[in-house]
Amino acid sequence: MTTQAQTTSSAGSRLGAAVLVAAIGLTLMIVTGHVQAATLHDAAHDMRHATGFPCH
Amino acid sequence: MTPPTICVMQPASPATKIMLIRLLTSALLAGAVAGLIAALLQLYFVQPVLLHAELYEGGELVHFGSASTVSAIQDLGGIDLVRDGLSVVFTMLVYTAYAMILLALMSQAETRGAAITARSGLIWGVAGFVVVHLAPGFSLAPEVPGVAAADVGLRQIWWFATVGLAGVALWLIAFAKNWLGWGAAVVLLLAPHVYGAPEPDVFTGPVPTEIGALFAARAFGVGLAVWVILGGFAGYFWTRLAEDDATTQTA
Repeated sequence: MTTQAQTTSSAGSRLGAAVLVAAIGLTLMIVTGHVQAATLHDAAHDMRHATGFPCH
Repeated sequence: MTPPTICVMQPASPATKIMLIRLLTSALLAGAVAGLIAALLQLYFVQPVLLHAELYEGGELVHFGSASTVSAIQDLGGIDLVRDGLSVVFTMLVYTAYAMILLALMSQAETRGAAITARSGLIWGVAGFVVVHLAPGFSLAPEVPGVAAADVGLRQIWWFATVGLAGVALWLIAFAKNWLGWGAAVVLLLAPHVYGAPEPDVFTGPVPTEIGALFAARAFGVGLAVWVILGGFAGYFWTRLAEDDATTQTA
């Protein structure tokens, strides 16, 4: 494998991993902070207000 | 006869796995530490203001239109283990979510030549605060319970749009190399506020303005402090895990 190919593959694997981790983070942020289901809303209520999310 | 097509997911390469583990581990560690500090700061500085507002939201105290004056000192109760425990758990979860997004972006910036360290992480933290807290809060101020507000769905759409635009804008400010990029950043930062956030048609909030103002100030203050801590720890664990990898590989 040439150096160029190694560099490209390394950047590619970094991008793939970063996209996956960012997607997990975004999903977690939406579920904990923004989904309006009553149980989730009540449990996360004080955090949502303190973190500046639109709450209810 | 054509052979059946078999879909096989390409297995992740070892390099991708190492990068995934490094990203997830540093995000979990930084998010847990920053989230715990956030929860403690919020419980001490923000929660009493919120509980005070709820006395007005629920009608136990009436401020506007009442002939008598209301004492600003109220018994707000102590620690509620279930309620406050849930707040700690959810605060740690949300800051872990933030850490994942932050570290994903930091790793991409590093690929493009930016130095990621605990020190530079502090600046990433300030930027994160600006993107997810200050930018939307500039027009949708952190709400105390009981304030009048527009439909929550509309506010959430505006919130996500503003955070997304502010994120792109700060990336441009940091990494664009010409005035076109920086000019676009200014436009992106201003646009949602010029367009305007969803506002209520009428003001019905029963909470005194003093409580609302203190709540917003405390929410912003704790948010900035915690985001700086989050950025610093994200940079710290990110570089620390790289050193560990290097040690393992050379050993």
